[in-house]
Amino acid sequence: MYAYDDFDADFVRARVAEFREQVNRRIDGSLTEDEFKPLRLKNGLYLQLHAYMLRVAIPYGTLNSRQMRQLAMIAERWDKGYGHFTTRQNVQFNWPKLKDVPDILDALADVEMHAIQTSGNCIRNVTADHFAGAAADEIEDPRPTAELLRQWSTDHPEFQYLPRKFKIAITGSPNDRAVTKAHDIGLRMVRNEAGEPGYEVIVGGGLGRTPMIGKTVRDFLPKADLLPYLEAILRVYNLAGRRDNKYKARIKILVHETGTEEIRAMIEEAFAEQKALFQAPPADLVARIEAAFAPPDFDNTQSLAFDRAQADDPVFRSFVETNVTEHRNPAYGIVSVSLKPVGGTPGDATADQMRVLADLAERYGHDELRVSHEQNIILPHVRKADIPAVHAELKKAGLATANIGLISDIIACPGMDYCALATARSIPIAQEIATHFDALKLERDIGPMKIKISGCINACGHHHVGHIGILGLDKAGVENYQITLGGDSTETATIGERTGPGFAAEDLIPAIEAIVETYLDLRHTADETFLDAYRRLGARPFKDAIYHEHRDNARAA
Amino acid sequence: MARQTHPQIVTANDLFEGDVIYLTASGDWSRDHGDAAVAHDGEEAERLLGIANAQPGRIVGAYLADVTIGPDGRPQPVHFREAFRTRGPSNYFHGKQAEA
Ligand code: SF4
Repeated sequence: MYAYDDFDADFVRARVAEFREQVNRRIDGSLTEDEFKPLRLKNGLYLQLHAYMLRVAIPYGTLNSRQMRQLAMIAERWDKGYGHFTTRQNVQFNWPKLKDVPDILDALADVEMHAIQTSGNCIRNVTADHFAGAAADEIEDPRPTAELLRQWSTDHPEFQYLPRKFKIAITGSPNDRAVTKAHDIGLRMVRNEAGEPGYEVIVGGGLGRTPMIGKTVRDFLPKADLLPYLEAILRVYNLAGRRDNKYKARIKILVHETGTEEIRAMIEEAFAEQKALFQAPPADLVARIEAAFAPPDFDNTQSLAFDRAQADDPVFRSFVETNVTEHRNPAYGIVSVSLKPVGGTPGDATADQMRVLADLAERYGHDELRVSHEQNIILPHVRKADIPAVHAELKKAGLATANIGLISDIIACPGMDYCALATARSIPIAQEIATHFDALKLERDIGPMKIKISGCINACGHHHVGHIGILGLDKAGVENYQITLGGDSTETATIGERTGPGFAAEDLIPAIEAIVETYLDLRHTADETFLDAYRRLGARPFKDAIYHEHRDNARAA
Repeated sequence: MARQTHPQIVTANDLFEGDVIYLTASGDWSRDHGDAAVAHDGEEAERLLGIANAQPGRIVGAYLADVTIGPDGRPQPVHFREAFRTRGPSNYFHGKQAEA
């Protein structure tokens, strides 16, 4: 893992001291709210529906046990005993008091963490594949690149006041677990014909009000050209991106309105200028970053414990089926810990659970944890022989839900239970869906199914790329839910199609059930996933099922 | 100004704690929606909002919210968003509802 050098540490401490001063000035009345708001947002502090919310950056979702324990301490000491892990691989505290926030930021700085650039029109926390450095399908670990981008983008003077926020995601695997096609810039690590490493560069993806799949502007960008090329993209966007209309200010709109060819030409022209002026990052810095992500010392001792536990314990077997992914080292597994217990709040973990996860990482996981954009926690390097013990500990902590990738592994944004921008609630819908399908005992029969729920058009819950997407709306003062189908967040990314009129909360679950039943009836074989069946069948049978059977219940959109 | 169809109250967030508060008839703030001073016309609503906005060292983001008057004579929220704000999140029993 990357460790701060003196410059990083001093920089973060200085920012906390500066913010402490700003909070004091707000409290003593020398700053108005209008003056203070941009300053607090620069430090990740929002004012939400019921309270302040502090968004803490977890760079590319990677953290160690010491950091996780500190998050637990913060949750207990200054919040209500839990934290919320988000689709941006960050963590949010929902109840801090204004006067405590500088102390929280100091506590974060103690473990090399901060809340800088988790808000505002700047380059946000860079996200990456949560299996980075561990996945069997990986070409190369994307985290050294992500860390380089973090250092490059943090406090970058030219990119602090972009037209809008800017999000970069990176994957090192052909199987995209980082949703690269729905980011302002998506980077996919590839090799050219000569076997040299580089990046496919995708620009102009994004969800929200105008969802778009990004366009590839470079099939192969040599590694050494990355920073000048990204500077070129950002420069083009900073100059040509729309500032007249907040809803049209993202780079996806610029790409769409300008056209991919034209944008590519503009980027290449800016790149030619940039490259000539650009100094490559010092080799010792790059070497230091790469060394920080060297694979851990794997222990290849063979053991039969894993196979034996699977043979003996069906509960463990089903946990392995869903929650353990192939590791690049055959003696190891990647353990995904679900933060989606049936009926729970997706992404929430209590302080005690965070400490259990920290202990497990320290004891069995080479001291590494990851936050996935699907709001789960990953132990990326666990010896297979230790997975039964890890499972037993997770069970005791209420963390052993075996549902990764299944219908109850739902992404749900905070919605109107917390978020000031929401038009409806998301969390109770996720809770109801999980509880309903748990009662039907259909989850494993249904197989891979991604339900994603957002409480407003901003789409933090990624509903556009859910196999079943749900968007909460306000229809004349009543919560109403619109369904999209066929979305996909992977390398075959697709924006889901709206089925038609939305549903009142009480009619939504029957509609979801009708969609699932239609799939179960019409799939060719049990191996045909919902997404494959939808792509083969199209929307019609699903629409018929939800609108014919529930026509009376559908509300006009 | 939009045509007013309901009586209104002034609500905001407390600067220090962040929690939801309501302007009372004495110009003070209560965490209980039922304590809010009710404006029955636009002029009174603007007057109450003015009182709130004169307290920037105490509150953030004051605005007018529609209410109806309940059988007990106290204001009740019209919109579900405002109803949630009176209680706190619905996923756990915490927030305002747990402290009431
Ligand atoms: S999608 Fe909307 S409701 Fe959900 S967290 Fe984002 S802004 Fe809030």
